[in-house]
This record gives sequence, structure tokens and C-alpha cells, in this order.
Amino acid sequence: MLESIDFSLLALDAPGWGGALLRGFLRSVELAAGGYALGIVIGVFGACAKLYGGRVARDLAEVYTMLIRAVPELVLMLLFYYVGTDLMNRLMQGMGYDGFDVDGLLAGILVIGLVQGGYATEVIRGAIQAVPRGQIEAAQAFGMTPGKVLRRVTLPAMTPHALPGMANLWMIATKDTALLAVIGFSELTLVTRQAAAATRSYFLFFIAAGLLYLALTLVSNVILRLYERRARRGMVPVQ
Amino acid sequence: MPDFDTVTPLPPAAKGDFSAMFRALLLPHRIVMLAIALAGLSAMVLMMNWSWLPAYLPKLGEGLLMTLYMLVGSVVMGFLLALPLALAQVSGPAPLRWLALSFCTVIRGTPLLLQLWLFYFGLGSLFAQFPEIRGTWLWPYLRQPWPYGLIALTVSFAAYQGEVMRGAFAGVPNGELEAARAFGMSRFKVFHRVWFPRAVHRALPTLAGEIILQLKSTPLVATITVTDLYAVITRVRQATLLTYEPLLFLVAVYICLSAVLILALRWLENRVPTGH
Repeated sequence: MLESIDFSLLALDAPGWGGALLRGFLRSVELAAGGYALGIVIGVFGACAKLYGGRVARDLAEVYTMLIRAVPELVLMLLFYYVGTDLMNRLMQGMGYDGFDVDGLLAGILVIGLVQGGYATEVIRGAIQAVPRGQIEAAQAFGMTPGKVLRRVTLPAMTPHALPGMANLWMIATKDTALLAVIGFSELTLVTRQAAAATRSYFLFFIAAGLLYLALTLVSNVILRLYERRARRGMVPVQ
Repeated sequence: MPDFDTVTPLPPAAKGDFSAMFRALLLPHRIVMLAIALAGLSAMVLMMNWSWLPAYLPKLGEGLLMTLYMLVGSVVMGFLLALPLALAQVSGPAPLRWLALSFCTVIRGTPLLLQLWLFYFGLGSLFAQFPEIRGTWLWPYLRQPWPYGLIALTVSFAAYQGEVMRGAFAGVPNGELEAARAFGMSRFKVFHRVWFPRAVHRALPTLAGEIILQLKSTPLVATITVTDLYAVITRVRQATLLTYEPLLFLVAVYICLSAVLILALRWLENRVPTGH
């Protein structure tokens, strides 16, 4: 069976698809990293709205997380993509620029980030609640402004509690980038499908792409575990 | 006296107290928010183009049924497959344990869409090459896309649920299993009278979350031409050239589906005695 597979199709240069596959992989990593970072920013704001906000902010954050958790990612991505590009276009037209082509990478990051933000809100909220109240009160007693309390005490102290959940979210982010293939982003999954359809060797390319995703997952698992150990230094290990 | 305070946090509502939940909706800021939401909703209904809806309603119903078939089929079969996966990891011999662990890692480490396309395009084209398979009774099914979708969803659910069940099986207190053995129960009886029910009981809260996640994975089968709800909506969008209306309708349907599922699973969870 093995000799019937033509591994030269994976070559990096033109007749082979290896280079295209790697470029797609890089695009996927970019999309995942950007979306994840945006998700963390949204998550911090969402968690603060849920924990410290007024009643309106709380309810709005609740509606946002409910929506993200109840509707399929694929549908959300389509909706955000169309609404986002539409709004951007109208905004640019309103400001006098005509016909604005939304950058694919930016739109993809926005779409992934908005989905990630819903889950990150819940993870960060739980982690902030796990920080002993006394530590935050002590910071407030020193006269720090709320922003400073957040930056100097709450966020660093909640990091070890948030890391397991956030590691999970990173795995979800890397896999969610594949959904962008349905919208037409040329990331790893879509490139793989094009390569497989062009050469008709489906197994070779899908398994090669699977190995790339798996390698990304396993490598980031190791890195995240090391980072978690660093973030947990000084904490009493749980028995 | 009405409560016009919009700053003080509200005490959490008691679970299952519906009159309290209703009263919580009548706070002034929530009434205003509900009014805004209702105004937005009626603006959507009145100002957007919904004339396509009646014509496509039967097709949408069929799509919804297909989505539910995919969900129920993959959850039931996936759960059955998750049991051996979890048991192999908890108490199996080393090679089996290793095999189950690597299966779960590979499936959980790659996107479902990729697995789906591997099954459909890869296996599908492979099967078509063998006349032996084309002659069997299986061929009429293997020519259709839905078995591949069902297989991919089942395998994915089994891998995630296997991980949950592994934790649940490992978490059953050893004393309970020893007590069962001390009563002279056979290995099988210990499993089906004590170990399995206790593990399911522990896994029940996460099972609800996993089933919701599975519902959210089902629209992926539309990419291999299974006509589920999402595929019907895609067809509507192509036929009517409307961007938002069909998508908003889809969002509304999925919210309703999730809500019904959450309520049903919570009802099921409450029926199981906790024993505390």
C-alpha cells in the first residue's frame, strides 16, 4: 500500500504541494494567535463587566456569552464576517473612501476573537473569583486606582487559575481556524482540500494536514505546561 | 417601591424558583433592555424580507430533522464507543490503554472539519475503487454523504466523551467498588450495578455541555452535502441572494434548540438522586 502513495507530492517546490501546505499552516497559526489574543482582551473586559460592572453591563455580558455558547461557531463566523465586512465598508464609504476591501487576515482574526471572547469571559471570570479577596482589598487600601489594581494584582494573581481553561481555549482556537475554510479563507484545511482535489490523493494530504495540526497541539501543550508551572511558582501544590 | 438602582449587584436567583426568575425580569433596567430587544426584533420582522420563509418551511423542517438525527445518532453511538475507550484507559492492559489514549489525542488534536473531509473524500473515493464493496448491500448507503457525517461526528464525540468518562470511572471511590466485590458480585455485576451508574452520575453535568457542543458541530456536515438545517439555509441564501435574514433565522433556531436541550438535560439531571 505504501508504495502506491506518491510522497513527492509533498515536495516544497512547485509541482509538490508542501510549500502551499506550510504557508496555509502559517496562516492558520496567525489566525489562531490573533484571534486568541483578541479573545483574551474581550474576555478581560467581559469578566470585569460581569464581576464589577453595573447591572446593564452585567446583563449585556450575560447575553453575549449566552449567544456565543448557544449558536454554532460556523454560523457565528458567517454572521460576524458578513456583518463585520458590511459595517466596515459602510463606515469607509461614510468617511469618503470608496470600495474598501477588508483584509482577509484581519476579518478572520476578528471573527475568531469574537467567538473566543465569549468563552474567555467565563474562564477569566472564574479565575478572578478564585483570587483571595484580601489581596485585591489590600491593593485598594494602598490607594491604587481600579486600573492599577487590575494590572498589578488581579490579572497576575488570577493567571495560574485561568491557565488550564485558557490552554483549552488555545486548542479550540487552533481547531476553529479550520472553520474559516468554509467561508473561503485559504488556511491549512482549505489548501489541503484544494491539493487533495487537484491530485486526487486525499489520504496523503488530509493525513499530512492532520499531523501538522497535531504537532501544533502537542508542542503548544508542552509550552503551556511549562508556562503554567512558572505561573504557579510560589503556590502551594494541590494534593 | 420599584428598584431604580442600576449599580448594586443582584443576589443570585435561586435555582428552579420560577416566580423569582420572573420578578427578576421586571427590574427597571431589564424592562428597558427587553423593550429595546423587542423593538429590534420587530424592526427585523417588519423591515427585513421574510417572504421566502413560507415556501421553504417544509425543506427547513426536513433539515431540522436531519440535524436532530445527526445529533441523536452521534451522541448515542459516540457514548457507546466512549465506554470501551474510557475503560481501556482506566483498567485495560498497557497496549490497549496506549491505543485508546492515542486515539483520543489524535481526534482531539485535529479539527473535526478535517476528519470529516478525510472520511468523506478519502474513504469515499477509496470505496469507489473496489468493485467488491460496490456489489454489497452497503453500497447504496456508502454512496450517500450522511453515513460519513455520522461516522465523523460519532468518532469525535466518542473521543471527547471518552476523556470525560475516563475521569468519571477513575473518580468513583474505591471503597464502593470494594464493597460491591465484598458482596460477592462478579466483575460484570460490579460494573453494571455500581461502577457504571456511579460514573455516569458523576459525568452527567459535563455530559449536558458535551451534547450542546455536539449540536454546535452538526452544521459541519453541510460541507459534505448532507442537507441539514444549515445546508437548507445556505441553499436559501443562494436562491434569494439575501445575506442576513436566513442567517438570523438560523441563529434563532439554534438558540431555541440549545435552550430546549439545556432545559431537558437539567430536568434529567434533577431526576437523578444525588444521595447527599
